[in-house]
Amino acid sequence: MALLEVNDLQVSFSTPDGVLKAVRGLSFSVDEGKTLGIVGESGSGKSVATQTIMGLTQGARISGEALFEGHDLLQMSTHQLQHIRGAQVGMIFQDPLSSLHPYYRVGWQLIEMIRAHDKSVGKHKARDRAVELLRLVGIPQPDRRVDDFPHQFSGGMRQRAMIAMAMALNPKLVIADEPTTALDVTVQAQVLAVMKRLQEEFGTAIIMITHDLGVIADVADDVVVMYAGKAMETGDRSTIFYRHHNPYTEGLLLSLPAYGDDRERLHPISGQPPSLITLPAGCPFRPRCPYAFDKCVEEPPLFDIGRAGDHQSACWLPTDMRKREKVRRDTLGKAAEVVAVDTSEV
Amino acid sequence: MSVDGAAQSDGEVLLRVTDVKKHFPVQSAAFFRRSHDFVHAVDGVSLELRRGETLGLVGETGCGKSTLARCIMRLYDITDGTVEFEGRDITKLSTRSMRPIRRDMQMIFQDPYGSLNPRRRVGSIIGDPFAIHGLADGKSRKSKVQEVMELVGLNPEHYNRFPAEFSGGQRQRIGVARALALRPKLIVCDEPVSALDVSIQAQIINLLSDLQEELDLTYIFIAHDLSVVRHVSDRVAVMYLGKVAELGEVESVYGHARHPYTSALLSAVPLPDPERAKERERIILVGDVPSPVAPPSGCRFHPRCPKAKDLCVHEDPALVPRLDDPPGHVAACHFPVADGENIADSTPEIGIEERIVEEGLVGNV
Ligand SMILES: Nc1ncnc2c1ncn2[C@@H]1O[C@H](COP(=O)(O)OP(=O)(O)OP(=O)(O)O)[C@@H](O)[C@H]1O
Ligand SMILES: Nc1ncnc2c1ncn2[C@@H]1O[C@H](COP(=O)(O)OP(=O)(O)O)[C@@H](O)[C@H]1O
Ligand code: SF4
Ligand code: SF4
Ligand SMILES: [Mg+2]
Ligand SMILES: [Mg+2]
Repeated sequence: MALLEVNDLQVSFSTPDGVLKAVRGLSFSVDEGKTLGIVGESGSGKSVATQTIMGLTQGARISGEALFEGHDLLQMSTHQLQHIRGAQVGMIFQDPLSSLHPYYRVGWQLIEMIRAHDKSVGKHKARDRAVELLRLVGIPQPDRRVDDFPHQFSGGMRQRAMIAMAMALNPKLVIADEPTTALDVTVQAQVLAVMKRLQEEFGTAIIMITHDLGVIADVADDVVVMYAGKAMETGDRSTIFYRHHNPYTEGLLLSLPAYGDDRERLHPISGQPPSLITLPAGCPFRPRCPYAFDKCVEEPPLFDIGRAGDHQSACWLPTDMRKREKVRRDTLGKAAEVVAVDTSEV
Repeated sequence: MSVDGAAQSDGEVLLRVTDVKKHFPVQSAAFFRRSHDFVHAVDGVSLELRRGETLGLVGETGCGKSTLARCIMRLYDITDGTVEFEGRDITKLSTRSMRPIRRDMQMIFQDPYGSLNPRRRVGSIIGDPFAIHGLADGKSRKSKVQEVMELVGLNPEHYNRFPAEFSGGQRQRIGVARALALRPKLIVCDEPVSALDVSIQAQIINLLSDLQEELDLTYIFIAHDLSVVRHVSDRVAVMYLGKVAELGEVESVYGHARHPYTSALLSAVPLPDPERAKERERIILVGDVPSPVAPPSGCRFHPRCPKAKDLCVHEDPALVPRLDDPPGHVAACHFPVADGENIADSTPEIGIEERIVEEGLVGNV
């Protein structure tokens, strides 16, 4: 059984402009001790999906299920969820100041966190544990720095302190939402190394949310590629990088400067992501897809490619490479019109 | 942005920066400020920029990239050193004498949201440079603005729209259009694509490279993404704590990094290719960049450098060609990294008090 299994999650908000469908039928699962990478451009619904699972979205219409060790998180009371957050599921966000309180010492916050979930831990013992946690995440002189305020830490240290918070109660799952996006590559490497090591040591499962395919390549065992609130493709890491089926996955990879050999020009995806209030009919990627053909006016379900569950893609394209190329050539033939639409569109 | 490596190395020098320093007084909460405390944001940088080339500028946050850019643009008064543009020393020019030169140097910023006034129509935003320089008004300004809008791939009919009606990528196009309005010679791009999603980022990079070819532009391109910098630049300068650590042709620097900092930086770049990522040896630097108020003695990198020896603590290394490098590839390091050398295997040979040590980070990562 998977540690976390999310089935057909739907989340929508009502806004002055209409109903915004942030997550539209998302399913994925995370196995114990494994890392699931969720990748997608901004606005694709990564944060809303995971925050909803943890009961942190407000004013939304939610449906579906999120089974954590078999119990549906979406049906739990606020009180039950509060216990799960921290003790069972730790969370790390992009901005460490959103979970580290600026007015309290880092150590005090760790101690409170530990004692809030287990009253039997004495003050001294909790402090020792706090120092140990800071040492684990590579904070220099942890016995002294434990008394610092968050602003006395550098950006990378704050991010590592937040990892210490998330790990304090030895949770089974850590959800990290763009934990390194605001950091330099050097510090990002430190943070990812710390997370990997803690995972090895404690067998923690991780959901790593990022828009950076480089981070995914580094840490993810399995990958969900999201677009416009749904999974476009899922599979293990090497499937997603080397045997992807979905044109959106292909487009993301091709637009990277580091991908493949040096080329004269980059290959961007044309256009921009759709509005989640007025989604185009059919496949949400259709307005930008170089393969789009007649079938795509209907929204494709998440098909199994190969063996069930191993690799899935929400796309009508045949898996046969030659047939697929033919579709693309036919589409290119009609491209003149498509390009015209692209440049005039705002 | 000649990606094929055809750097115009013999092009004429457009910009020459010589030993430029910019020190900011430290703002202190104390009653009497100690006047001798300064942030050494840029601390002696020399560079040349040739017409038509792109110079990439990389380095960790706070190393002085934006400050250097602002010194070059003369948006800051320079503490020391000189900036020459087309052979003319502009370091001390008055605002008035700077004005005609400003037309030739423009800047594009990172934040396509923050840098545009939400209450003004894009036509008028893009037309700003004309207004500032008292050029083209009325109908002729509008047609000139629409011309640049077209050039950067914006629909000229959207002249009267507000920034909020545009996506992130399009707002960055507005920033590019504004910078291009007066057909400058030099454009300093400060993290122009950092806030954009990869698919949109690639659109803007292609746009900048097309424009360079079409309009014979010279770029300084600041970015924290080293793959982007490699793609767009002919030459690259790696900065550390206000100084240039390494400088040279992109392929030479990326292929034969001599400065341990460059090596570490390159090895930390996440590769979007799991097989290559697995094969690669990562060098994980400990700590963060030290405070630029009191930079470390000798080589500024010594507290974090895996190769540091005594000499490094006492003597600032010169920025000169190292090993067999061509004259254009220079590195400020006493013990340059040889081809094929793995600095992850090195241990510093300096006292522990000279180093940054983070137990949790060394070993089994
Ligand atoms: N106006 C100012 N007053 C005082 N210190 C400043 C000022 N502007 C910059 N600094 C300091 O100068 C140093 C260099 O800053 P700068 O903005 O040039 O860095 P950067 O390399 O552009 O970093 P980033 O990658 O974060 O944009 C930093 O330590 C910064 O805090
Ligand atoms: N509270 C909210 N009310 C209305 N719309 C929201 C709210 N929170 C998020 N959204 C919208 O939901 C979509 C998905 O957002 P998000 O999950 O944050 O994207 P990601 O994390 O993938 O960048 C976006 O269009 C966002 O603007
Ligand atoms: S379903 Fe059609 S439009 Fe959507 S990704 Fe596949 S080919 Fe492209
Ligand atoms: S001079 Fe010394 S400390 Fe500086 S980079 Fe070279 S080896 Fe490292
Ligand atoms: Mg998000
Ligand atoms: Mg900057």
